[in-house]
Amino acid sequence: MIQTLKMAFRDLGRNRRRSFFSSLAVGVGLAMLILMSSVVTGEMGGAIENAIKLQSGHIQIRAATYDENKSSLKWEDLVANPDEIANQIGALSQVKSATPRLYASGFLSSGNQSAGAKITGIDPLSPANDPYREGVISGSYLNPDDRDAVLIGKPMAEKLKLKVGDNVALSLNTADGNVQEQIFIVKGIYTTNTYGFDGATVFLPLIKAQAMTQTENHASAIFILLKDTAMTDTVIPVLSVPANLEVKSWKDLNALFVEWEAMAQSYIVIFYMIILAITASVIINTLIMSVYERTREIGILSAIGMRGGRIMMLFLAESSMLAVGGVILGLIIGVLGTLYFNVNGFYIGNMGLSGIVITDTIYAKLTMDNLVNLTIMTFVVTLLSGLYPAVMASRMQPVAALRAEK
Amino acid sequence: MEVVKIENVTRVYQIGKLETRALQGVNLSIASEEFTSLVGPSGSGKTTLLQMIGCLDQPTSGRVIVNGKDVTKLNRNQRADMRRENIGFIFQFFALIPTLSAYENIEMPLLLNGQGAGERKARVMELLKAVDLTDRANNRPDQLSGGQQQRVAIARALAPKPALILADEPTANLDTENGRQVMDIMQKLNKDTGVTFVFATHDPRVINYARRVVTLQDGLIEKESKPVKK
Ligand SMILES: Nc1ncnc2c1ncn2[C@@H]1O[C@H](COP(=O)(O)OP(=O)(O)OP(=O)(O)O)[C@@H](O)[C@H]1O
Ligand SMILES: [Mg+2]
Repeated sequence: MIQTLKMAFRDLGRNRRRSFFSSLAVGVGLAMLILMSSVVTGEMGGAIENAIKLQSGHIQIRAATYDENKSSLKWEDLVANPDEIANQIGALSQVKSATPRLYASGFLSSGNQSAGAKITGIDPLSPANDPYREGVISGSYLNPDDRDAVLIGKPMAEKLKLKVGDNVALSLNTADGNVQEQIFIVKGIYTTNTYGFDGATVFLPLIKAQAMTQTENHASAIFILLKDTAMTDTVIPVLSVPANLEVKSWKDLNALFVEWEAMAQSYIVIFYMIILAITASVIINTLIMSVYERTREIGILSAIGMRGGRIMMLFLAESSMLAVGGVILGLIIGVLGTLYFNVNGFYIGNMGLSGIVITDTIYAKLTMDNLVNLTIMTFVVTLLSGLYPAVMASRMQPVAALRAEK
Repeated sequence: MEVVKIENVTRVYQIGKLETRALQGVNLSIASEEFTSLVGPSGSGKTTLLQMIGCLDQPTSGRVIVNGKDVTKLNRNQRADMRRENIGFIFQFFALIPTLSAYENIEMPLLLNGQGAGERKARVMELLKAVDLTDRANNRPDQLSGGQQQRVAIARALAPKPALILADEPTANLDTENGRQVMDIMQKLNKDTGVTFVFATHDPRVINYARRVVTLQDGLIEKESKPVKK
């Protein structure tokens, strides 16, 4: 056994370049798998959390008749006395923040440019709105009693060529179906690094939004953030709300997104398989070449009485060594690469997917589970790739092998 | 005692439609302690016959009996075991494992036989001395001359104390001096240990060492002789 390993090791040493490159192939394959999985993990975790934080909350309470796509402002489609309900829910220990929001569809225009917008009335003081406050990059955030101030996203500002202090005309639909228009002043420009969200969402103080839409003491939804996403399922059953309202979880609210993620996940598996197949074919190729090159040597070993099984072991020992070397290289490259993207992020820009809020930058995140699974997978695939060439070597006829003289 | 018995052996090589009858019904018996030379023109079947005796290849028809066992009835692994336990090989191109040192090459068959470390070491040292290569033990084949490589091959063939050693043109790639040295060693080992040697050769100087000369022609034994000179 030791002799077998020694011989295998020396054989690899004899063709160092080839051994190195085939190990490197295994290593690059593994590194790609690690990187890919950590980018996906980073994106998945990050994107859902981002969507929750910015758009859906963990839980929303709405009128059962409310249709999100229509942003209806009819009183029967809204939540009445929202502050009262929000305060009541906000008192629960698992709840970080509960705040009313009013959504209206409208558009902004400045000069001859205009853009559709999701007008969102918020309580500027609620901690649930901190991400917008913290995202202000010029000008300042809203006050509850501002009456002619709007907060707009950076992409919107760029599109309409607006600066802080500029005037902008805002029109929106009202409860009775009319259109209301008013000139506002751009008080602040924000970014959440989520192009799809920032480009569409315009904030007003809730009271001003209610006044303008004539919805008075009503909100489209109570937006609820919990201390932890995992608490969602335990909090929902304890919420008691008036009969005309319903409770929606982040899974319901991001159904499209959750589905999209599941689909992405299955595409990733196909990518994994492609990478593994490429790695396997490089290894098979290398080992077959090495079997052919050593036809004569195999003949000698066979002539002095080495059984086929043992010859197979010799070649399997070689592929194991390539696998070990490759896995070590792969772990080094993969983990370093992941660390880089974990710190610096991976810029994907505007994905242009409507209804899906993905941050512009994905931060890679490596889980131990993924690391171990991928490493084992690569190792096993490499060993399996070594099987065919090893069997080929063990089946060689000693005479045929010996005839391949110098 | 009879080490090898060949009965009506034929070997037909088929390449596409072309049939080559390398052996056409050979009968031969080799007793233990013989020092026998197979001669004959190129293509007469010497190598093919050695491969039959050495269980490296199977005859198309006929029987090959080595050490009392019909080897034509053995499977691959059994033939490998047969070679390992009873037969040593020496080839024209030395056939050493390039990654192993002289010492390790000689040790290889002992390892395959599962001998203990102490026993192996003693045997390898003894053989290195017999072929006069003690000071080259740690050299790889590419660091040895042709003659030295062939002496390592002889030592390796002898290591497991086989009943029979088969040598195919052992001196063809050696100059006169090295060829003579190799033959001297083989002859001495034959005398000292009684191991049976069968070698195929073209080399008239080598034939002179033989005590029995079997001449092949077109896959058949044409004649047998015993050289006068010893
Ligand atoms: N693997 C093979 N396939 C086809 N024909 C073969 C094969 N091996 C040997 N032969 C043929 O069988 C015949 C005998 O070959 P063999 O090698 O036994 O001759 P030889 O007496 O050893 O010749 P030499 O003195 O040149 O070594 C030759 O005609 C050769 O071409
Ligand atoms: Mg020959």
